Amino acid sequence: MNSFFARKYIIQGIFIAVAIIIAARLFYLQLVDNSYLLSANNNVLRKVVIYPARGVILDRKGQVLVQNEPVYDLLVTPREVQELDTALLCELIGIDRAGFEKRMTTARNYSPYKASQFEKQIPASAYARLQEHLYKFRGFYVQNRTVRNYPDSAAAQFLGYIQEVNDRDIERSNGFYRPGDYIGASGVESAYEELLRGQRGVKNVMVDAFNRPQGVFAEGKYDTVAVAGDELISSLDKEIQVLAEKLMKNKIGSVVAIEPSTGEILAFVSSPGYDPNMMVGRERGNNYMELLYNPYKPMFIRPIQAQYPPGSIFKVVSALTAQQAGMIDEHTVFNCPGGYRYGGGRAIMRCTHVDGPTSLVKSIQRSCNTYYGYTYARMIDQRNMPSTKAYGAWREAIMKFGIGQSLGIDLPGEKDGLLPTADFYTKRYGNDRWGSGFNISLSIGQGEMGVTPLQMANIMAIVANRGFYYRPHLIKGIGERKIVKPEFAEKVFAGVDEKYYEPVIEGLSRAVNVAGGTGYSVRIADIEMCGKTGTAQNPHGADHAVFFAFAPRENPKIALAVVVENAGYGGTWAGPIASMLVEKYLKDTITLPQYIQDRIYKADLLPKVETERRETVQAGKPKHSTPARHHADEIAFVDHQSRARRNE
Amino acid sequence: MNNPQRNKFFSGNVDWFTVLLWLLLCLIGWFNIHAAVFDPDNPGIFNVNTNYGKQSIYIFSALILALAILVVDAKFYSSISPVFYGITLLLLVAVLIVGRNVGGNQAWIPIGSFRLQPSEFAKLATCLLLARYLSNHSNKTPNLKTLITGAAIILLPVALVMLQPDTGSALAFFALVFVFYREGYISGPWMLLGGLAILLFVLTLAFSQWTVILVIGILCGLGCYYFRKKRKIIANLAVLFVLCSAYVFSVEFVYENVLQSHQRNRIDVILGKIDDPRGQGYNLNQSMIAIGSGQFWGKGYLQGTQTKYNFVPEQSTDFIFCTVGEEWGFVGSMVVIGIYLTLLLRIINIAERQRTAFARIYAYGVASFLFFHFAINIGMTIGIVPIIGIPLPFISYGGSSLWSFTILLFIMLKFDSNRKGIA
Repeated sequence: MNSFFARKYIIQGIFIAVAIIIAARLFYLQLVDNSYLLSANNNVLRKVVIYPARGVILDRKGQVLVQNEPVYDLLVTPREVQELDTALLCELIGIDRAGFEKRMTTARNYSPYKASQFEKQIPASAYARLQEHLYKFRGFYVQNRTVRNYPDSAAAQFLGYIQEVNDRDIERSNGFYRPGDYIGASGVESAYEELLRGQRGVKNVMVDAFNRPQGVFAEGKYDTVAVAGDELISSLDKEIQVLAEKLMKNKIGSVVAIEPSTGEILAFVSSPGYDPNMMVGRERGNNYMELLYNPYKPMFIRPIQAQYPPGSIFKVVSALTAQQAGMIDEHTVFNCPGGYRYGGGRAIMRCTHVDGPTSLVKSIQRSCNTYYGYTYARMIDQRNMPSTKAYGAWREAIMKFGIGQSLGIDLPGEKDGLLPTADFYTKRYGNDRWGSGFNISLSIGQGEMGVTPLQMANIMAIVANRGFYYRPHLIKGIGERKIVKPEFAEKVFAGVDEKYYEPVIEGLSRAVNVAGGTGYSVRIADIEMCGKTGTAQNPHGADHAVFFAFAPRENPKIALAVVVENAGYGGTWAGPIASMLVEKYLKDTITLPQYIQDRIYKADLLPKVETERRETVQAGKPKHSTPARHHADEIAFVDHQSRARRNE
Repeated sequence: MNNPQRNKFFSGNVDWFTVLLWLLLCLIGWFNIHAAVFDPDNPGIFNVNTNYGKQSIYIFSALILALAILVVDAKFYSSISPVFYGITLLLLVAVLIVGRNVGGNQAWIPIGSFRLQPSEFAKLATCLLLARYLSNHSNKTPNLKTLITGAAIILLPVALVMLQPDTGSALAFFALVFVFYREGYISGPWMLLGGLAILLFVLTLAFSQWTVILVIGILCGLGCYYFRKKRKIIANLAVLFVLCSAYVFSVEFVYENVLQSHQRNRIDVILGKIDDPRGQGYNLNQSMIAIGSGQFWGKGYLQGTQTKYNFVPEQSTDFIFCTVGEEWGFVGSMVVIGIYLTLLLRIINIAERQRTAFARIYAYGVASFLFFHFAINIGMTIGIVPIIGIPLPFISYGGSSLWSFTILLFIMLKFDSNRKGIA
């Protein structure tokens, strides 16, 4: 004990003071400030998103059009990787040494502790072998996902495809999508995205500081399950679809078949198509570019995007609307001297025949241009109103048949077609004193008119129904309860009373079933098919062949339009295709002579084009110097006067 | 020191209360190390490959060591102190040459599967030699020469430890100012000045030097106004102001040129000058999250999510207090702090009841080291002092640390048990 004994208390005081400071700080951290508790929970919990299976799409008979196939992504956590047999791994997943190094570097740059994708979409076949050896590769994991799979490789443009979301998709979805998600980009995949995608689930996983999963949080109390996307039942008949695609092989064009009583689309072919499986898997990027630069434009959805001057099918609409307007009736006869003279007799619109007196039924049966020249003249010039107004009334009646406006099919990208307004002609001729002679080609569906194959088929459905249609659609049932969208259950009246249809249908029937008719060669025994060949004029090259029909006459089951581009006369190519499809659908057999069938299957009607951007696209095809100039989306604007001159 | 000490086998004279506190801390340490490295998939308590398995061995051997210390003649510790000090210095030199580099510090000598950390034993050696030297001069009035020699005894190992460089361990030696203070070598005002220096150091780094000088200036100005009649005080305040300003500038200089970048970083983080939860601040941030999320009762033994999933680095060694805070909550933390405070106050009381200056000075040295480690270690886990890697005595994982603190403490207890034998 010495004189500085009292300092003991000071030192003890310092000890106590420091202990109190520490205690006070702990009091604040543990009892006052709650933010640390929240941080601790955030630290530990990671929300892992569970991806739902995308909805399956079936055909009308329940057969699978699109399903999900498991694929396997190989993930790597670089920090956990130990010495491994690089050569073996490379061989198993089909990459080379340099590719291995590149992938490792990418993964390491992303994060040494977090798993990132090493190789994506390893097919199940390669996975089986990889899995056997996986235990040798520490730090590598396999995560399974599903990708789309198309068992029949059919209906590509109808089904569409999915792709990874881009920034715009993410922004528009208000954060629903995250980078790496897939979204329907075209076709049904896009139109029904919200139903197909299903609902994501969340799993709360506890992780450590290196983000390594350590187990399920609270026995999964806060987890939500992923809900698979809705199953869609399409209206498509797979058999007819596959047959139609086969028939349209090596031809450019479309087939659209509709069940008239429901508006359900039975076949939807855009040719040339592509194998939808190309848009899946590791080669997707390359395949996509190839399709994009393919001169035959396989990504172009012709049934709803290609627009053609409709040709003969329009006479059906003319006949019906003129009757409804009271300008002709079933007894009206016009004399056909082999052409319709107009413009004071200076111009002529020729027929392929000289039939003399022609009745309404015969005009349809024989496809008489003269008859419809007169009819159009009456509709525009003789209605006791200015021709612009008469044209307006005419146009309105035509539009009721679905021409010049989109039909509202459940696919993105449908085109309206083209049906100019009266103002268009007033502007073109500088005044409103124009008359039927100024755009007479409209009377027979040529000139400034663009109709999509879907619209053509729909016109046939209207005729088959004698006056109405249901909006054509591709999905007839959604989910387990097979819900139909209300807009597709609604009857749309085409503006012409039922009684006016009989002569037109009679004419269509005769065109097929009476010797000498344009469709006689493709008639079907036991089935009264009503139809007609048509020729859609193509100012750029050979005309497009069209055949449209419905069958049977009473209680029709199918209405369809077949367009084969650059095929010339409709009866040769489009007719047999339509006939075979109708017979197959109605009787499940084809009786058309084998040689005609063979001719169709074997025909290569692809125009010879120079492959401009990519050499490899059609490697086997002989290259020709004729440039590609017949894109169907270019509507044929043909000045009617120059046409008239040509016809003289 | 002049009295002959009779060897007396330890008996009822041993301060059992202190032994109890020591044992409590060791056990708390073991449980928390177990929690810190606990792997739910691979339980099993006596797995010698895990940290807690090894710690059981360390604790057991520390117990044997403690018994051995109590058996040895107390006089031995005093007489061996110069030799021990010399050996320790040699080891500190050796570690610089053959040492293993762990975590940026060349502080470990590998011996078999264990690693020896000489800086831990340097504390003991320094404490013993300092006690012996100062006790030899304890009858004289404290003078500057003795102070300087005493300081040299401390600074020699400090310099060697700094070379490793292990700043944390080196700083611990400065806790021995308490010894000098108690023995009268440093006066109260100087201690105050020292405190002021530390405060200014921190303030300068936390704010800018000009702000600090401005504040000092204003305070001195107010003082001058208050004492405007007393010229002498005004003159003193002016001198103080100049000295403080010079000091503040020199701090800036030391900070920029003497401290190592990782130390600068740690200081910056704690002062809030850098905000990077994934970098230097990561340890601190995770540590505070762990402790803060413990709330009042804690999450329970082996239930700490921060602890279990390795969010806090070095959790079984320097950051062991996180586990205490997370799993045992405020209550458990208070218990640990309470035990420490009780131990520290008890050591001071023991020191003061010693009859020899040697034993008293030595005991103060023990208290100083324990206090420094306790305050700095816990302080850094809760973000009130910079993160310098020093262990929490008896609780942190590690043989060297546990043994050296145990030896430190039990030599003192040996002296204490012998005090009545001294005439």
